[in-house]
Amino acid sequence: MKIFILIGKYFIFIRKVFSRPSSFSVFYKSFIDEVFSLGVSSIGFVAFISLFVGAVVTLQIAYNLENPLLPSYLIGLATRDSIILEFSPTMVSLILAGKMGSNIASTIGTMRVTEQIDALEMMGINSASYLVLPKIFALVFFNPILITFSMFLAIIGGWFFGEFTGLCSTTEFLDGVQYFFIPFNVIYAYIKTIFFALIIATLPAFYGYFTKGGALEVGQASTKGVVNSSILIIIFNYLITQLLLN
Amino acid sequence: MIEVKNITKKFGSTLVLNNISATFLSGKVNLIIGQSGSGKTVAIKSMLGLHEIDSGTIFYDQRDFSSMKNKDRQIIRKEIGMVFQGGALFDSKSIEDNLMVPLIMFSNMSKEKMKYRINFCLKRVNLENVNHLYPSDLSGGMQKRVAIARAIVLKPKYLFCDEPNSGLDPYTATVIDELLKEITYEYKITTVINTHDMNSVMQIGDHIIFIKEGVKKWEGSKNEIMDSENKDLNKFIFASEVFKRLKSLS
Repeated sequence: MKIFILIGKYFIFIRKVFSRPSSFSVFYKSFIDEVFSLGVSSIGFVAFISLFVGAVVTLQIAYNLENPLLPSYLIGLATRDSIILEFSPTMVSLILAGKMGSNIASTIGTMRVTEQIDALEMMGINSASYLVLPKIFALVFFNPILITFSMFLAIIGGWFFGEFTGLCSTTEFLDGVQYFFIPFNVIYAYIKTIFFALIIATLPAFYGYFTKGGALEVGQASTKGVVNSSILIIIFNYLITQLLLN
Repeated sequence: MIEVKNITKKFGSTLVLNNISATFLSGKVNLIIGQSGSGKTVAIKSMLGLHEIDSGTIFYDQRDFSSMKNKDRQIIRKEIGMVFQGGALFDSKSIEDNLMVPLIMFSNMSKEKMKYRINFCLKRVNLENVNHLYPSDLSGGMQKRVAIARAIVLKPKYLFCDEPNSGLDPYTATVIDELLKEITYEYKITTVINTHDMNSVMQIGDHIIFIKEGVKKWEGSKNEIMDSENKDLNKFIFASEVFKRLKSLS
């Protein structure tokens, strides 16, 4: 029963969030701020992870394809598909759920317990929309850019370490990356990313917005936000894959 | 003028406000006093619609706030300034941006006029050259003064303050009290202040309401409070030695 009350409360919150901003200039300024504070600040982190995971994926595939009957270009092909279909959209989104989700939940939660949200309401401002809508737009806009960046860097990481370790030559790897490329796979990755961005922006915001108490509860809201958005990402990953790739 | 009639508020099975009625006069400093946990903050938040009341009515100059939809309440809220207990300044924004938020959202002023108004309000609370500082750069007393400046930036008709001098030293507390009194008289605002500070009561209390365990026990002025026969009120006011001596002198 409690779960249905929570879901109902979440959708009422979302309805409040998706209302017309009182001032578009304020909304635009907040949107740009959020793009920088949530998105641009994650570039280095995503780049580091993508390069090394790309390398590991290549090494593992090479290890599993150690058979003279299998052509080496398959390493590039399998690396490309693993990265585009799963690693960049899903795994990077899960990592971003931790980074961005905890930031969103703790920021909004702290604003709640220090009465800053009450102060916004008192000024006649729709606090949910004012605080959360720019974050949603920022993530829906910027996460696909981050994921694209991640795809490129992971493939580059795979190629570099494949060449560096002598497991796969540049020509073979690049042949594999270009072989039997299905453009829809990239669209599928973007569709997933946008869904995951919505989850990362709204669920931690929801937990932060309804925080009661003090610092301890802000920490708990942050944990709940991250854990539950990760669970939802995993569930939606399955559902979207079932719908789009079957 | 704000009138509350028979307001009741429960949290679960706990009755926090029990059938409270009061009138808060315009151009006067109205105080709600009582011990910690007596329901003062809930009373003020209920009057502002931050807590929904279970029964009763709240009128802002004959406008029934309690039965309004949220959209209509926003119109009245634009006429209200609020100073929260902790200041509630937006800590990601500079002092100037804190005061800018209500101006950008609800006024059609040009950028220059907004800056002029911000500087005027900061000067009014005796703060200058703090525009580009952040709340964490300021002392508690300065933060309270910024909160007051933000509350008056849109020229409110009603000003609510939740324990505005809690956590401040006696001198700064007096400065804040005097400032609130001056602003109330100067702009003819209906000011409602929650406090349990007896110095504030004696210094600025034009009209005082005493609450105990969610029930209104006494109502009067600061001149009447010393001679009151109400046992609960006397127990609250004359808890300290200083006020006991003051009572024996009077």
